[in-house]
Amino acid sequence: MSTPMIGWKEVPIAAVPFLSSKEYPTGEWAVFQPKINESKCIKCGLCWMYCPDSVYRWDGEGVPVPDLGHCKGCGICVAECPTKAIELIRV
Amino acid sequence: MATQSVWRPNIKELARRELKTRPVESGHRLCAGCGAGIIIRQIAMAARKSIVWINATGCVEVATTIFPYTSWNVPWAHNAFENAAAVASGVEAARKKLSRVGRFANDPDVELDYDIVVLGGDGGTYDIGIQSISGAFERRHKFMYVLYDNEAYMNTGIQRSGGTPFGARTTTTPVGKVIKGKPLFKKPIMDIIVAHQIPYAATISSAYWNDAIAKLRKGFEADGPAFIHAFSTCPLGWGSAPEDTVKIMRLAVETCVFPLYEVTNREYRLTGPSISIAKNPARKKPIEEYLKLQGRFRHMFKPENKWMIDKFQGWIDKQWEALLKRAGY
Repeated sequence: MSTPMIGWKEVPIAAVPFLSSKEYPTGEWAVFQPKINESKCIKCGLCWMYCPDSVYRWDGEGVPVPDLGHCKGCGICVAECPTKAIELIRV
Repeated sequence: MATQSVWRPNIKELARRELKTRPVESGHRLCAGCGAGIIIRQIAMAARKSIVWINATGCVEVATTIFPYTSWNVPWAHNAFENAAAVASGVEAARKKLSRVGRFANDPDVELDYDIVVLGGDGGTYDIGIQSISGAFERRHKFMYVLYDNEAYMNTGIQRSGGTPFGARTTTTPVGKVIKGKPLFKKPIMDIIVAHQIPYAATISSAYWNDAIAKLRKGFEADGPAFIHAFSTCPLGWGSAPEDTVKIMRLAVETCVFPLYEVTNREYRLTGPSISIAKNPARKKPIEEYLKLQGRFRHMFKPENKWMIDKFQGWIDKQWEALLKRAGY
């Protein structure tokens, strides 16, 4: 009881997370991870569109590149690829 | 039809913009194959200017902001279940006042020209938060409320909610001798929202991304409150395979479990694949195709529970007929 109570102006507004979740490697969850066959890819971007984890990096021109450090291996991109250019590899 | 937008999403432009701004960062702890992860990205893609994100308690809230990490590169606030729409009302009212008195007129660091989006799950929308939504819609605050409907309280352990469909197994409506999953039907949330006579309300399924992003943009552009009902697969709670997430989202539309339509000032209009089903009823798939991919409906396929599938199909048909009548088919 030795510390005096702080006034309401000093109390922080709320808890503020300060680190980006980019630093948290959710890729460690995965059992399988995607691998793109670049010759089959038609660059439609559907793997990028349907990825729940923002894993694919795509500039709209080339082949999308998955960031395997964060990929949880759900396999949506494999199921939705129209040319079956993506396969799952056990990690 | 004053608020009709002509904007059509271009996947390459969206990709370039996301690469530059990264509104939702990787590394959040949503389950593998979570449908909500796709929905939050599509909301950010549809933004026309900077957005302020108000998040009710739910899976997205607990998974994206586990202290000290955050996945958001947009201004974001967490709220309780019951006050998300009330907080959005406050943000909107404060902005109005601040721009009227010119408080930050000469401050280059403060931008008051933004859109407000509220994200709530089905528990926070159907059950706990409906009073604050109703109040905010009545006061005509300009924001977009997005309901991502995974049809139970998935975050706390798969308890049934007002959005849980008929026959679904949850931890509070288990399958046993007395009851076989939830004995009641889903609450007609869109009818409740449309009764508020808001300028824009729509249903989206992320599998039809073109349709979904165009509707989300219309919601941002609406002259007043907008409501978006998004269908979100939950591999954990539904007992579906993670890779089937988008397939289930598509099947829900094709079986008319979740028809796609928009309501502009109480005028119903079907969109996307629902139009082709309305014009050609043979394209409507039987509900079994949707049910068989999900573990929560597995008991319906036992011979003695065949009546459940028939009852569910009958209810879906009735809902679909009523919607067709409203949309003028």
